[in-house]
Amino acid sequence: MEKKNNMPINNYILLSIALFCIGIVGVLTRRNAIIIFMCIELMLNAVNLLLVAFSKMHARAALLAGDVSGSAGTDGQLFVFFIMVVAAAEVSVGLAIIVMMYRNIHSVDVNFLNRLKH
Amino acid sequence: MNIIQILFWFLSVVAIFSALMVITSKNPVYSVLWLIVTFFAISGHYILLNAQFLAIVNVIVYAGAIMVLFLFVIMLMNLNKETEPQKNRWLKMAGAVAGGCLLLVFVAALKGADLKDQEAMVNEGDIGLIKNLGKELFTTYVVPFEISSILFLSAMVGAVVIGKKE
Repeated sequence: MEKKNNMPINNYILLSIALFCIGIVGVLTRRNAIIIFMCIELMLNAVNLLLVAFSKMHARAALLAGDVSGSAGTDGQLFVFFIMVVAAAEVSVGLAIIVMMYRNIHSVDVNFLNRLKH
Repeated sequence: MNIIQILFWFLSVVAIFSALMVITSKNPVYSVLWLIVTFFAISGHYILLNAQFLAIVNVIVYAGAIMVLFLFVIMLMNLNKETEPQKNRWLKMAGAVAGGCLLLVFVAALKGADLKDQEAMVNEGDIGLIKNLGKELFTTYVVPFEISSILFLSAMVGAVVIGKKE
């Protein structure tokens, strides 16, 4: 195995951390419910990227340890697949809730949703 | 610096820049378009990691279906104007500081982790191909796969029931 075909895992971790924190900042600073929802998708994708990178890291470690079955690391990528499935279902229900909220209060501003406070 | 590293840094910069544009654009439609750019950059990372199945699924499901749904809802509500009420400046600053603190904590935790000699295989290895993933999916993970179809069915029913007029 050549050295040049490997990427330090730290690079992927740092990239995922950056994307995840951008998502957090978006959730905390915006008031539009749809943009908050999009930032949650961004955070999910950051975690997906990290899972794929770790699965490739695991595959390489298994290869170096002499495992020839070649299936080490498939679990991580299937997890990503299931996360995408759940995210698709979540988006359909979440957007239905946002449409419902828009129909009731004629806005998607989350600051109007403070009835639990009173 | 070979072509793979150049591609890695290019895709990382595109992903982070467009993610920043998502949270800073005033117009929600632009946010959606920048988020699509982010998803394509992440798909590029998957291709770089030789996870071709996930790259294709990411483009089809995220950049295709989910983003069209977002754009559709934004157009439906006629939100494509720049009159969104903003949080006040202190709240925004507090949010940014909180996110920055989280970034700091993560990076500090990463510094303590012993990952110096761990590397991800790039542009080789065949675990990300459809053949291997499909074999695993329909043997070991066949029960979660079937359960996810029920999840989809219930999500569809839920979306219709919630979105229905009284």
